[in-house]
Formats: sequence, C-alpha cells, structure tokens
Amino acid sequence: MAKRIDISDLNIYYGDFRAVADVTVSIEPRSVTALIGPSGCGKSTFLRSINRMHEVLPGARVEGKVSMDGQDLYGPDVDPVDVRRQIGMVFQRPNPFPTMSIYDNVAAGIRLNARKMKKSDLDALVERSLQGANLWREVRDRLNRPASGLSGGQQQRLCIARAIAVEPDVLLMDEPASALDPISTLAIEDLMTEMKERFTIVIVTHNMQQAARVSEQTGFFNLSAAGQPGRLIEFNSTEKIFSNPDEKATEDYISGRFG
Amino acid sequence: MSQTTGTLLSPPPVTGGSRRKGRLPRWAAWAVFGTALVLVAGIGLPAGLALALVVLFTGVLGTLALYVLSRVTENRRTATDRLVTCVVVGAFALAMVPLLSLVYEVVSRGIGRLDGEFFNSSLVGVIGEGGGAYHAIFGTLIITGLTALISVPIGLLTAIYLVEYGSGRLKKVITFLVDVMTGIPSIVAGLFAYALFAIFFGPGVRLGIAGAVALSVLMTPVFVRSAEEVLKLVPNELREAAYALGVPKWRTVVKIVLPTAVAGLGTGVTLAVARVIGETAPLLVTVGITNATNLNPFDGRMATLPVYAFYQLTQPGVPPEFAIDRAWTAALLLIALVMALNVVARLISRFFAPTTGR
Amino acid sequence: MTTTNAPQTQPPRAVRRLGDRLFAGSARGAGVLILLVLAGVAAFLVIDAVPALVAPAREVPGGRGVLPYVGPLLFGTVLAAAIALVVATPLGVAIALFLTHYAPRRLATGLAYVVDLLAAIPSIVYGFWGIVWLAPRLVPFYRWTEAHLGFLPFFAGPASVTGKTMFTAGLVLAVMVLPIITAISREVFAQVPTLHREAALALGATRWEMIRMAVLPYGRSGIIGGAMLGLGRALGETLAIALVLSVSAGTVTFNLISSTNPSTIAANIALQFPESSGIDVNTLIASGLALFLVTLAVNVIARAVVNRRADFSGAN
Repeated sequence: MAKRIDISDLNIYYGDFRAVADVTVSIEPRSVTALIGPSGCGKSTFLRSINRMHEVLPGARVEGKVSMDGQDLYGPDVDPVDVRRQIGMVFQRPNPFPTMSIYDNVAAGIRLNARKMKKSDLDALVERSLQGANLWREVRDRLNRPASGLSGGQQQRLCIARAIAVEPDVLLMDEPASALDPISTLAIEDLMTEMKERFTIVIVTHNMQQAARVSEQTGFFNLSAAGQPGRLIEFNSTEKIFSNPDEKATEDYISGRFG
Repeated sequence: MSQTTGTLLSPPPVTGGSRRKGRLPRWAAWAVFGTALVLVAGIGLPAGLALALVVLFTGVLGTLALYVLSRVTENRRTATDRLVTCVVVGAFALAMVPLLSLVYEVVSRGIGRLDGEFFNSSLVGVIGEGGGAYHAIFGTLIITGLTALISVPIGLLTAIYLVEYGSGRLKKVITFLVDVMTGIPSIVAGLFAYALFAIFFGPGVRLGIAGAVALSVLMTPVFVRSAEEVLKLVPNELREAAYALGVPKWRTVVKIVLPTAVAGLGTGVTLAVARVIGETAPLLVTVGITNATNLNPFDGRMATLPVYAFYQLTQPGVPPEFAIDRAWTAALLLIALVMALNVVARLISRFFAPTTGR
Repeated sequence: MTTTNAPQTQPPRAVRRLGDRLFAGSARGAGVLILLVLAGVAAFLVIDAVPALVAPAREVPGGRGVLPYVGPLLFGTVLAAAIALVVATPLGVAIALFLTHYAPRRLATGLAYVVDLLAAIPSIVYGFWGIVWLAPRLVPFYRWTEAHLGFLPFFAGPASVTGKTMFTAGLVLAVMVLPIITAISREVFAQVPTLHREAALALGATRWEMIRMAVLPYGRSGIIGGAMLGLGRALGETLAIALVLSVSAGTVTFNLISSTNPSTIAANIALQFPESSGIDVNTLIASGLALFLVTLAVNVIARAVVNRRADFSGAN
C-alpha cells in the first residue's frame, strides 16, 4: 500500500563532491509529487537516493535520514535490496531486458528474486500488472515475443508494469516520458493519475506542463552556481507553485526566465 | 615541418574534385602499372625471372614511374601523395604473400594424406607408409577441452570482478597484469607447468593435465580481456532496472548481465580456444609425445596434433617421406581447426547477438 | 542547517546478502588467482633455476657455467626479434594506414579480418612454411648479398645453401608479429578525432599530408606500444625459430646469412628439453627465467605506453 516518505537533512555525495544539500521534505501517500528544476540541479540524484539506487555508483554516498512510514531506510541493518523491493523505479529511457519476452519482463521481479509462485498466479499477476500499465490490450496476443519489438512508449509502459508487478509501496519515475512522443506521453500521464490510488508516486520532470497536469505537490530544485550543491528551494502544492510561488527563483524558473 | 607548412600555403590545393590543368586522369595509375607489367614480363620472363619477382619488380617500377609522371605533369605534393598510396597498398599486398603461399603450401602438401586412415589409426607399429593421427587428434581435443574447463570459469569470474565489483588499486593491478600476462611466452608457460607438476610427480613428469595447465596460463588472460570488453557492452540501464526491482547484485549479474552478453562470451571462448589449440612449445615440455593412444590426461604422455606434426617433420625416421607427409597433413588439420573456430566465432556473434532494445 | 544525526559516518555498504558476498568473493578470488599464477610462474622458475646457478660451471651444458650458456642464446633471441621488428613495424603501420584511410570502407573490415588471420595461424605451421617456402627462395638473395654486400658484417657469409639463417628466422617472426602491430596501430588510427582530420583536409592538405599532420602524431604512442608488444611476442616465439634456424651452440655473430647462428632461448628449450634431465633441465629453466624477465619488462613498458595514450586520448 502507498506509504509516506519523510526525508530530513539529506546530503548526497559523489565522492567528495556534494551534489545535493540539506533536503528536508515529506512526501504524501496516494499522491503524485513532481520534482522540477534546471539540468544538473540534483533532482534525479535525490530521487535515486530515496530507494538507495544512488549508492550503486562507485564512490556515491548519502548522509541524513530517509524513512518510510517511520521505518528508517538508511538504518544500519537495512538491506538496500529490500528497500528497492518496496520502492520501485522507472527510468528515463525504457530499459526492458532484451533477452526476455514481454511476459518474462513483467515476471522478472518475481523470477529474478527466486520467489516461488504457481504458474496460474504468475499469469494473473502479469495480466494484472500489464492492465495496470494500460498495456494488456496491446500485447495480450504476443506475450512471448521479445520486448524489444515494442514501440518506445509501449516499452516504457512495459517497464512500469514490470515495476508494479513486485507490488511496491512507492514508485519513483525519473523523467519517464522525456524520450517519448506526445501520444505516449499522454498515456503515461493518464496512467500516473490512475496509479496514484495505489502508490505514492514521485516524478522528476523537465516538462513543467506535465508537472502541473499530473502532480499534487511540486518541489523546485536549484543550484546557485555550477559546482555548488543543488538545494530544494521550494516545496508547495502544485497549484501554488505555478500560480503564486513563495520564492523569486521559482517564479523566474516557471516563467522561463532561466534554466 | 616548416617545409610542410610552407608547401601547404603554396597555391594549388589539390583535394577538390574539380578538374584542373595538370591533373592525371583516373585511369593513369592503371595504365602506368600495366605498362610496367608488360615491360618487366617481356624482359624478365624470357630471362628466367621468377613470377614472384616479376610482380615485385612491376610494383616497384610502376610506383617509380607514376611518381615521376606525377612530378612532371602535376606537382610535388600530389606526386608524394601518389607515392605513399602506392607504398601503402603495396604493403598490404606484401602481407598477403605469406598468407597465400602458406595456405597453398600446407594444403597442397597436406591434402595427400587427408584420408580415412589418418583419422582412425594411431602410429602404433607403423614404420614407413600409413598410420594416422587418431591419438593426436583426440589428445588435442581432450587437452584443449580441459584447458577451456580451467580457463573459462576463472576468466569469466575475473572479468566479472573487473567489470562489476572491482575498484581501486586491486582492479588496476589485475587489469594491468592480465594485459602483461597475455605476453608471457608460451614456452615459459610450459616450463611453469612442468616445474609445478615436477614438485608432486618428480622430475621428468609428462602429463596431459600439465599441458592443460600450461595452456590455461595462456588462454585465461586472453579470455579475461574479451569477456571484460563484452560485459562492459551490457548497458548499465539493464543492471539498474534489475536493482530497482530489488534484485541482489549477484543475481543481476547471473540472470541479466551474463545472458545479455552470452553471444559475445561464446565468441570470446571460441577465439581463445583457437589461440591455444595450435600451441606446440608448452605441450612439448609438459605432455611429450607417444605413438600409442592415451586418452587419460592424468596418466603419462599423450600425443597432440602440433607436437605430432613437429616430431613427424623433425624425426621422420627412414624412409622419411611418409612421416613428412603425415606432418603436413597434421599441419593442414591444425589450420583447418583454427580457421573453423574463427568462422564459428563470427557466426556466434552474428546469429546469437541479442536484439538490444532501441 | 547541517544538523547531522547520530550515526553520521554510515559505512558505504552496511548490509550485504550472503549470495552477494559469496559471489563477489569468488569473483575477487579468481582475479587474485591470476595474480598468484603470475607470481607462481616467476617463483617456480626461480626455484628450478637455482640448482643450475649454484652448480659447478663444468656440470652445466657447455661446461662454462650458466651465464656463458645463456648469453649467446639471449643474443640470438634479441637479434632475431630486432630483425622482425625492423621489418614488421613500417609494414604494419603502412597496412594499418591502408585499412583505416585508404581501403574502401566496405572492404576494410573484411581485409582487416584477413590480416588478423595471420595471427591465428599456429607458430609451428609458420615453421613448416619457413622451411619449404621462404628459406629456399631466399638462398639466391643470400648469394647475391654475399657477393655484393659482403663487406658489411651482416652479409659476411658464407651464404647458407639451405636458407636456414638468422635473416630467414627474423622474416618469419616479422610475419608473425605483423598482425599485432597492425591491430594496435589500426585501433589508434581509427580513433583520430574526425575534427583533426577534417581540419587538415580543410587546409587543402592531400591525404598523405593529412596523415602526416593529424594521424601519425596522434598515433605515435600506439605505434610504439604496438611495436613493443610485437617485440614481446617475437622474443618468446619458439617453434618457428626452432624449425627455420640452423644453429651452432655458443655462437655470437651478426652474420645474418650463414648457417652458423646462435639459437634463441625459446627455440633452444624446445629442442633440448625433451632429451634433457638433471642439471640440464635446471639450466634450461634458468634460460627460461631470463626470457621471462626480458619479455615481462618489454610487456610492462609496452602496456604502460599503450595505456598512457588511452588516458590522454579523450576519445571516450
């Protein structure tokens, strides 16, 4: 079920370089939270630190506290692998597994974790997940075909199906539509609106109209100069951010005066 | 250098396709070389010049003539350019001479004994005519198979370490030393295996497995290199996709990275095997030779195809011609094996490559 | 602002699953094993070489101790490799240029593959070819050089009648190392930034001028590295030399066309080892150790040169 995420005093590093500084924010369950800001401001890095994907990179580390419904995600005896099972992620570019069929891609989270499941249950899960990603009707007759045969937009929805098949509580989306055409983008946005009933969704986007369309809350990241860490400048309801932001920098960015 | 810049700034730029006065037509080069050939052949062949020398002299004469012609009708820079072109093309042609002559010699001398008896009899009791390399063929297959069995797991794990886990100093050291190891002389690898096994079995030891160990020293670094390249080609996005599903790293490597890279790995194994299957020196000092069939790599001498070829040629006995024929057939078989492995490697990489998502 | 909470210094990987630890451990173990093998090669050679080094000089083959035994062999090894390099380096560079800048794009890959085939042919087959094809064809050439260039020590003669000379051996080695030099040079030439090449062409340079201005300077360390890797291979080549070189023990001469030549370390081991026992084996292993050290040094330098270029290329 959708869970709430509380982040306090989060600092994110690449080696000695501090990429993101002092983020404190709470993300509400059953809603879409959008993160916007100019390139290189650390939004994606921040997103990746929520499910502990950041530390996969060599030299990368995180300081501060991230908790999900009170459970400390960076606690000393927490396995990052378990965190990622609870917090799914969809990437900028669709990345289905090229050696697997459509069916196997959706089942990948179950199979790769060697969880035993009856064939009929797995079939049902695959169908449910593909329906949840609005892809079922398009691929139902070719579940055993390679995933690489799908279009870009279909591949991205397949990746969403793959992510929700492991039934996470939170879904992180890193510019999920930036590599897609407008129609596929619309499909993804509709999907987000449906999915927020069941998941907490955090989306990074460069597209401000998209943020305005799909999200309830919006956070604006910025950095004062190149080489400086990115900071969360403002976090407010989407409506307020786009109509009457508290910060001058937010207004400048929204109105296209920089970035 | 200063001269170059000087000439560069001099007026006529020559790269443009535009036709200008003083530009040789396209067919000029062919005409020059044709004339040279007619001249050299006309004078040389009656005088008993070898065919290879005719070709050689034609190349030299044609190149010089073209250079002079270009100097006269075009300009110095174009002439130099043409000269270099001739030299570079000539260098490639020259490199083909050994390849073609080698293949021709081996095939024409080896084809005679490429018969059934060669494949199904050993040298037991053979004096003079007949006999075969049954024992050596199987010896080579067994020892090479053992080599692959040792090298592939170690090499693959090492490559996985270097690509997926390695960091810092140890990774750098291993990468560097794997490179250095590819340069170990094969005979030294043989001496190493001999010394290693002599500790346990006493001096003078000859064992098939010792040969396999020696060949592994040669094959492993080759395979590590190619496996490393192939694993690096697996897009990072796939690893991240798996991590994001809560898949532990080792399962990601085993279930996602390796299957994605399987074609490249197959190619790498095949090429690494091709690299060692013709090695003679290490087997000469570790496995020795025998006339009888011994298929047990843990019990004494074995015959292998390269060593067999070596001894048949260098110690043919009396009368020598039969053994020498067998030596050439063994050499032909070796080349055929190596070429076949190379072709297989290319086929693997062409047909089994995964269709990476676009 | 920077209120830091209690467990400030979190270890970068606090929890790792058993499977991960086992798998990472065995991968690392395999890497370390490779280091151990390399160390083992050196160690075992040293251990087995010691008896020869401490043995009385007259018990060592040749009767004058290990150094006088290995010395001429080392000389022969270096001489053959040097001939190979002098022939193969310019040829290899020219072929690499042909493949990268002269051959039609569509043909280049296939032609490069053909050159690579030269590397696939087993060393012993080169030996066979050297005996029956190359050596006899060089005999008239040796006669001619003896007659006309005999005043040079290299061609002092008497010319070999079989053609099994140091020069022939060097040529066979040259063919064998050619693909290595070609491959490395080709790789570097192909990486020359298009910008450099186009800049040269835009100045109105001919193709050769472009190559001299942009390609060769950029590829210099690649050529050097490739040549040194070729050198490493040539130093260690065994069977081809063992077959095409007619040797007499203990010779040291620059005469390239006679039938009295020093052997090379590797060829000498291959020819003597099967019939040797006792201290003779130790002596051969001692010579193998010398070969190992020389090739190791050459390879280390070569790799350092090639890698340094990779660091500076910025092609990534």
